[in-house]
Amino acid sequence: MKLAANAIAVMRGEDIVVDALSFDVASGEALLVKGENGAGKSTMLRAIAGLLPLEAGSLTIEGSDPDFAEATIAEQCHYLGHENAMKGNLSVGENLQFWQDFAGHPHLTILEALDMVGLDGLDSVPFAHLSTGQRRRASIARMLVSYRPIWLLDEPTAGLDDASSSQFAALMGAHLEDGGIVIAATHVPLHLEKTRELVLQTSTDT
Amino acid sequence: MKALLIRELRLSLRSGGGAIPALLFYAAVVIVIPFAVGPDPILLATIAGACLWIGALLASLLGLERMFRDDAEDGSLDQMLIGQTPLPLVVFVKSLVHWTVTGLPLTLTAPLFGIFLGLEGAPLGAAMATLAVGTPSISFIGAVGAAVTVSMARGGLLLSVLVLPLCVPVVIFAVGAVRAVSGSIDPFWPPFLMVSGISLLFAVLGPFVAALALRQGHG
Repeated sequence: MKLAANAIAVMRGEDIVVDALSFDVASGEALLVKGENGAGKSTMLRAIAGLLPLEAGSLTIEGSDPDFAEATIAEQCHYLGHENAMKGNLSVGENLQFWQDFAGHPHLTILEALDMVGLDGLDSVPFAHLSTGQRRRASIARMLVSYRPIWLLDEPTAGLDDASSSQFAALMGAHLEDGGIVIAATHVPLHLEKTRELVLQTSTDT
Repeated sequence: MKALLIRELRLSLRSGGGAIPALLFYAAVVIVIPFAVGPDPILLATIAGACLWIGALLASLLGLERMFRDDAEDGSLDQMLIGQTPLPLVVFVKSLVHWTVTGLPLTLTAPLFGIFLGLEGAPLGAAMATLAVGTPSISFIGAVGAAVTVSMARGGLLLSVLVLPLCVPVVIFAVGAVRAVSGSIDPFWPPFLMVSGISLLFAVLGPFVAALALRQGHG
């Protein structure tokens, strides 16, 4: 499987934030998107997830997973944004159960996923009672309970301590070994083996 | 879709106290009217249908603002936009849940509040029937307003200004149907069927328009 962007341009409000950007990333590869604040990292991820329209250029995918043959690019993505997409007054388990049912393609069970992110035993705790790092890990567990070949991660390790970060690196490594793709916008190294870097420049002419 | 239905019902029961705030507001509006109009049973009975409908309309507006706002703020809306579930279907379920915690309890408690307005017998039955078939349209029209105002910091007022005029036809025909039963020579069925028709129209149209607004407005 290979995801390619051909000279894409994305607007944020009135400004072109991402302009004439091309890259490609294949199964088993991680693409680290770097660049200073405001360089358009989040904008690029949101565009791949279909949340922002492309002003120019195109995104193409080749050799999709047979389970996702009919799906759009966005539908093949897990998007981990700045927000955790969890409800404070539902328990961690209820939140994950909902996203598994909603997203389809079930992968790990809720308890297995919580075990993988080190939140075992917390499935019946209201999400609001978790600490910042635990919330982030619950959000990572959301990507494990249903399967998507492409992971779009926006500052995935924000709020995670070193141990959790390396645990998350192992999860990303496993996803890549299964033939997945990881595209991550980050300022910190993610401790992955097979990575490529994409550095976004802040556009000065707008 | 069942998962979304369960989640939305759970959320509205746990966070906002479910139907209680809307019911209390409804009670406040309906109880104030006899004080304002005066203790004239004939006059009250004449306007009773209108009072119940105005109360229901205002009470339904209460929870609308949060229909998509909470999901937009915590990132859930992003996930719903990305997901494979068609967005209009998501809007439909959310509107249905909004009706279950506002329109439905308002309809069921109409006999209680009818007492304050001297409404009983056949006119009460007609009022309940129009509320039952008419209040869903407020939720479906409201979904469009909620979707349009989702990214505005103080969208609540604009939401009401957008939604109330669109609800005018429902109110006209619903109150007309109640009046028909309380002694006017007009027939009951034509306005009642109009109300049903409007509800069905917005049940189909509303989710698609709201989904479009969500996609455009939430980047």
